[in-house]
Amino acid sequence: MPGYADPAALAKALAAAGYLADDGLAVAGFLALKLHRPVFLEGDAGVGKTAFASALAEATELPLVRLQCYEGLDAAQALYDWDFPRQVLHLRAVEAAAGGTASAEDLEAGLYDRRFLVARPLLQAIEQAPCVLLIDEVDRADDEFEAFLLELLADAAVTIPELGRIAAAEPPLVVVTSNRTREVHDALKRRCLYHWVGHPSPEREAAILRVRLPGVTERLAVQIAAATARLRALDLVKPPGVAEAVDWAAAIGALGADTLGAEITAVTLGAVLKVKEDIDRVRALPLDHLVEATDAP
Amino acid sequence: MLLDLVAAVRAAGVPATPDRVQAMFRAVDATGPGLLYWAARLTLCGSPDDIARFDAAFAGFTRDAEPRGTPWQVRRLPERTLFRTESARDEAVAGDPGLAVKAAGAEVLRHRDLATLSAAERAEAMRLLTLAATVDPRRPGRRYRPWHRGRPDPPRTMRAMLRAAGEPRLLARRARRPRPRRLVLLADVSGSMAPYADALLRLGHALVQGRPRWTEVYTLGTRLTRVTPALLSPDVEVALRAAGQAIPDWRGGTRLADTLTEFLRRYGHRGVARRAVVVVFSDGWERGDPAELGAAAAHIRRLAHRLIWATPHAGRPGFAPTAGGLAAVLPHVDALVAGHSVAAIEELLREASL
Repeated sequence: MPGYADPAALAKALAAAGYLADDGLAVAGFLALKLHRPVFLEGDAGVGKTAFASALAEATELPLVRLQCYEGLDAAQALYDWDFPRQVLHLRAVEAAAGGTASAEDLEAGLYDRRFLVARPLLQAIEQAPCVLLIDEVDRADDEFEAFLLELLADAAVTIPELGRIAAAEPPLVVVTSNRTREVHDALKRRCLYHWVGHPSPEREAAILRVRLPGVTERLAVQIAAATARLRALDLVKPPGVAEAVDWAAAIGALGADTLGAEITAVTLGAVLKVKEDIDRVRALPLDHLVEATDAP
Repeated sequence: MLLDLVAAVRAAGVPATPDRVQAMFRAVDATGPGLLYWAARLTLCGSPDDIARFDAAFAGFTRDAEPRGTPWQVRRLPERTLFRTESARDEAVAGDPGLAVKAAGAEVLRHRDLATLSAAERAEAMRLLTLAATVDPRRPGRRYRPWHRGRPDPPRTMRAMLRAAGEPRLLARRARRPRPRRLVLLADVSGSMAPYADALLRLGHALVQGRPRWTEVYTLGTRLTRVTPALLSPDVEVALRAAGQAIPDWRGGTRLADTLTEFLRRYGHRGVARRAVVVVFSDGWERGDPAELGAAAAHIRRLAHRLIWATPHAGRPGFAPTAGGLAAVLPHVDALVAGHSVAAIEELLREASL
């Protein structure tokens, strides 16, 4: 894992991994590496929170372990589980082979062996550390899960009753993301570096498009970035994120166009807007206007 | 110098706890003073609101080393006493003629229109309302619990087999464990709904107190205000005063379609309305285009489990939902109920528990 002298050096490494981080994100990543504090990223969907974690993993040359949160996520799915079918199979196999001569203690000890333990993302991260652990969309999990997470983040170790304590050699680099569908508890945020990821400026967005899609011309990237910025200013139900802008550029590129015209905008609107009301609203506007404003350099 | 910044940030309303401050010192140490802004913001803030306050405090801090006064102007409105219940409570206690009379009175009171009550009757009605405000809608959760019927439960069956040294046992079954369903109360506090607004906020307070994690209360007027944080205070008078301070457009006009759309943009579409029971308490008087209101109601309906529209007029004789706004929302609501009396609100809560 390369060390970084200052946030600018980390930003450069992230750029090499295809992620253009703004100052705040670069400082957050730098501090996370230096202080071993988790980074808590909040922001609208599609602004590059998850991508930051993958880029960080690539830049620091660490493996990425991802835990996608959802409602009802519990320890058995996030941390570890015993492989019951294999344990039963093991019992039967021992029975068949030894013909009832195996001692009960040996059998029991054999059952709770590491090979019957299914490591879920959190245990994987602790065993693999150093690594980048991405806890994605933590706002979707129940708040009981947050409390469980707190415990784990505090000492980067788990105690499995049958096996004992498994501690990480080095605390994993943790990135927690949230779409803010609910307020995550302050106790969790307190232990993290909090960063609000906003929409990028049109210049940065154009640069991101160029990096993500090398086939896109400079002119088209600038046009799409400007048009996306104008769409965001329209007060839509779901303002397009960077991910949508990338999709849009890819869609236009796939159709073989190299500039953003009114017709191509009309047919590819579904790549950037995903709510019917929004599409209707933008269709009702003069599309020339949206595109015309973007033609100016 | 850094402690001055901490003091300014705290004065601006960012909860900079000692451990956060400690983290800030370590962060500044790691980045150097050139990146003080980011080091402090990343460690001291916990939400977008905090960031706005922090930015204001930080700007004041860098302008002059001695910040004067509160750099971030927290919105302060002249304190309005919305609820005239102090004198009413005294009257009720002083003029208590006897329990039997009171009990019979309560039954009558339950069916009286809230707008026509005297102060003493109103206080009594509010007490009844608070007692009635227990509602606990549920939905099937993702996790399972052992149950006597339903789909087979492989892990539990397997564990039972394991205990029996691999011999098959009774097939264990499981069912979805019920989880609380969120309740969202959108209360119109415009001029036309003023006689009911007090009761609505008290209802909201009782509901928030009952299920603080699963209840959200917003007020609609010329703009949308989230009053849930204010209603978390256990003392109803303190909570209502805080809510009154939070609501900038008390007894003003209505822009129902706009505020409902704002609710959808800022909260509803992101998750607050999803799978929830949404109760809109409004007379549906809309000056703007009713079609827009209808579209907002349709959108809420698509997100929510149930959309219940309560209007005080529905309890009056000869009511028909023909007013522009109500006619527009009618095709999209699951239930249109009256909300003018304690009995009607109890009925509404039964509807919400479905």
